[in-house]
Amino acid sequence: MRIKLEKRPEPSRLMLVVTPIASVLLTMAIGVVVFDLLGIDGFRAVVDIFISPILLSYKWQDVAVKAAPLIIIALGLSVGNRANVWNIGAEGQYIIGAVCAAGIGIAAGTTGGPLIILVMLLAGMVGGTAWATVPAALKTRFGVNEILTSLMLTYVATQVLGYLLSGPWKNPEGRNFPATAPLQPDQTLPILFPGTTVHLGIAIALVLPFAFWLLMSRSVFGYQIRVVGSAPNAARHGGFDSNQTVWLSMLIGGCMAGLAGALEFAGALKALNLGFPSGYGFTAIIVAFLGRLHPIGVLIAGIVLAITYVGGQVAQTTVKIPNATAGIFQALMLFFILASDVLVRNRIRIIPSRKSAAAAVRGE
Amino acid sequence: MQTSPVPRLELTGITKRFPGVLANDNVGFAVKPGEIHALLGENGAGKSTLVKMIYGIMQPDAGQIRWNGQAITVSNPKAARKLGIGMVFQHFSLFDAMTVLENIALGLDTRVPQRELEAKIRAVMQQYGLLLDPHRTVSTLSVGERQRIEIVRALLLDPELLIMDEPTSVLTPQEVEQLFVVLRKLASEGCSILYISHKLHEIKALCDTATILRGGKLVDTCDPKVETSRSMAEKMIGAGLKEIRKPAGRSFGQERLIVNRLNLPGVGPFGITLSDITFTARAGEIFGIAGVAGNGQNALLLALSGEAPSEDADAISVDGARVGRLTAKQRRMKGMASVPEERNGHAAVPDFSLSDNTILTARDRLGMVQGGLINSGAARTYAGEVITSFAVKAQGPGSLAGSLSGGNLQKYIMGREIMQKPGVLVVSQPTWGVDAGAAAAIHQALVDLAGQGSAIVVISQDLDELLSLCDTLAVINGGRLSKPMQVAGADIHEIGLLMGGIHGDHAAPEPAHAH
Repeated sequence: MRIKLEKRPEPSRLMLVVTPIASVLLTMAIGVVVFDLLGIDGFRAVVDIFISPILLSYKWQDVAVKAAPLIIIALGLSVGNRANVWNIGAEGQYIIGAVCAAGIGIAAGTTGGPLIILVMLLAGMVGGTAWATVPAALKTRFGVNEILTSLMLTYVATQVLGYLLSGPWKNPEGRNFPATAPLQPDQTLPILFPGTTVHLGIAIALVLPFAFWLLMSRSVFGYQIRVVGSAPNAARHGGFDSNQTVWLSMLIGGCMAGLAGALEFAGALKALNLGFPSGYGFTAIIVAFLGRLHPIGVLIAGIVLAITYVGGQVAQTTVKIPNATAGIFQALMLFFILASDVLVRNRIRIIPSRKSAAAAVRGE
Repeated sequence: MQTSPVPRLELTGITKRFPGVLANDNVGFAVKPGEIHALLGENGAGKSTLVKMIYGIMQPDAGQIRWNGQAITVSNPKAARKLGIGMVFQHFSLFDAMTVLENIALGLDTRVPQRELEAKIRAVMQQYGLLLDPHRTVSTLSVGERQRIEIVRALLLDPELLIMDEPTSVLTPQEVEQLFVVLRKLASEGCSILYISHKLHEIKALCDTATILRGGKLVDTCDPKVETSRSMAEKMIGAGLKEIRKPAGRSFGQERLIVNRLNLPGVGPFGITLSDITFTARAGEIFGIAGVAGNGQNALLLALSGEAPSEDADAISVDGARVGRLTAKQRRMKGMASVPEERNGHAAVPDFSLSDNTILTARDRLGMVQGGLINSGAARTYAGEVITSFAVKAQGPGSLAGSLSGGNLQKYIMGREIMQKPGVLVVSQPTWGVDAGAAAAIHQALVDLAGQGSAIVVISQDLDELLSLCDTLAVINGGRLSKPMQVAGADIHEIGLLMGGIHGDHAAPEPAHAH
């Protein structure tokens, strides 16, 4: 018996939707088995990580707050990934976005109001974009692999943050902790529902996917991105400049990551400390792929990943497993989604073995 | 010719189906010992599929292969070589940085000590007059010499059947003659040769028997020495299909495309540099560019389409506008359209629908974009019009380009460009791998477009196509273009010499042939 992969004439639309769901379910199943083998109640752990944040209504706001940056960053990354531009450094662009927003906040002193908030968000976008220009320039000018440069710049961003927090921007009243002073109340993002932590950034994260959907499906720019990713030679034939595509997709990725950083700073944390780089920029890569690089898919996948973050914290207290466990689940999801991609483009055929006459008539 | 009781190779009822295509439909023929047997057919007729099954690269869905009278299953190429079947591919698999000897050693199924191997190689070369130094590095060898390595590699196994896949497509006439000497000697020693080609004069010169395939079906097995080229051609492409209706007494209008001393450095280590390309195409004229593969045809198409713009604005003019430095998109706005050789991934995006594929080249000329947004309705309508006008077999504008057969996709791409009514159309290999019916339709569409006053440039390796289609012809060789000549009254022998001009030392002009 042989198992053969046969290329489908057209990618299966059903599989396109089924495989991300199956990836999540498989991740849960594997989780149960692995934790049971480790002597931990696997079923309980998986329920706590994946289900309890949905069932416990007081966890919803946490999910929303965590989903917002993931969705916004992943939207930007999915544009680049569609064009085969691999920005792995969203984490760094996210940090720099927050740093720039914080800079505006510090410069504004006690002045607040919508204008200051707007300027902070713009500064975040500019900062993230600027951070992404470096890999874009190196890629288009010298052909340097953007995966390496964007990733390395993440560590530079972390160092920039560390320097600012330990010196110039350290809160004078902060008991020497490396952190900035908290923002004034009128410098922070408005809360949408009083009594919760649901800030304006969450509304932005809910609206942006639809804007990106329009951009990718209807605009010439979206077309350009899709052609460059699918058939670079055809893109050139159609008159699309590949360097321009690298630039635009890289900058959009940086801009969105910077915006997410500014929103997280001005909406959720209100002060920068060394714990700010929480890995959202990396997790967003998983969000982008789990969402099939489709803006609406990214919206859903962002919520799923946020659930695992919140659920990880729940499981920490209930089954006493480290918070990092959520990261393992997230990675498993990425593995499954990438592996199952084969099924979208191929179908599996099982060929019963033929008892053949004789392979070699002559010879031995 | 007496019939040998046991054929060396006998195929019966061979059928192979790919998704959407029946590549071989109940094909059967026999090759006798010592026979040079031609497998003749157009691109896409199923020749390659058939020999891949003989050589064990693929398995037939139905049918039987008999080898010296015994039914066999050739499970892989190694098994084929063990049986005594050797194959020389159209595209060589050689490492440029290694010597001839090392390349041959790497291709063998068993390890042979180097000294012993070298002695064997020298013996084989001596026996067949294949002149080659085993210690030379492959990168220094000409195409013909590289092919000799592949032949030696196959001969080392003492094959009883040698399959040659389009061996002359990259050779000059002189190299072809040398190859034929080797093949005839091999055959005289009892080795059967299965010779795949679509070049009729070669088959008449070399082969004892010809099996003709068309659209995956066996058309005829005949004696090429008895048949005329015309009768074989008709069998190969289907009688009467290739008649192109050209209006009589055509006259050409103003010069629409002027290429003046176009120079372009080659890209990459094997890129061909274009030097001093100069020609003119007038309204209503079909200008052909002939040449052996790999002489700069691709570079020329990219230079003309604007995918590889020139430094010199004056190098190319379209209707008086200097477009040399313009990009593909800008040249399209000036009325210049192009169709590259590679359909999937260059002329069209296989993963996109036909409708989305119209946006690739027609978005600006046909107003499919308003304010940065795509009018998908307009794209869909245009795709539908192309499908109807060019009789493209597709479910509709929503079908993926990659799901169409080669001929249908080519018709679609040609239609997409032609229906934009370009002033200048540059096409490369317009009927490459396309079935005869589609080829005829494409040729007719080109003639009709020229009839409406467009200037058309056809780059093709198929000389027969150019001779039947074009008004004027030039030959590209080593990135240089010959002087244009009128197709009516062109001397085939001279064209052949021009095509081979760069290889060897035939630069010295031969005295003009007096007629």
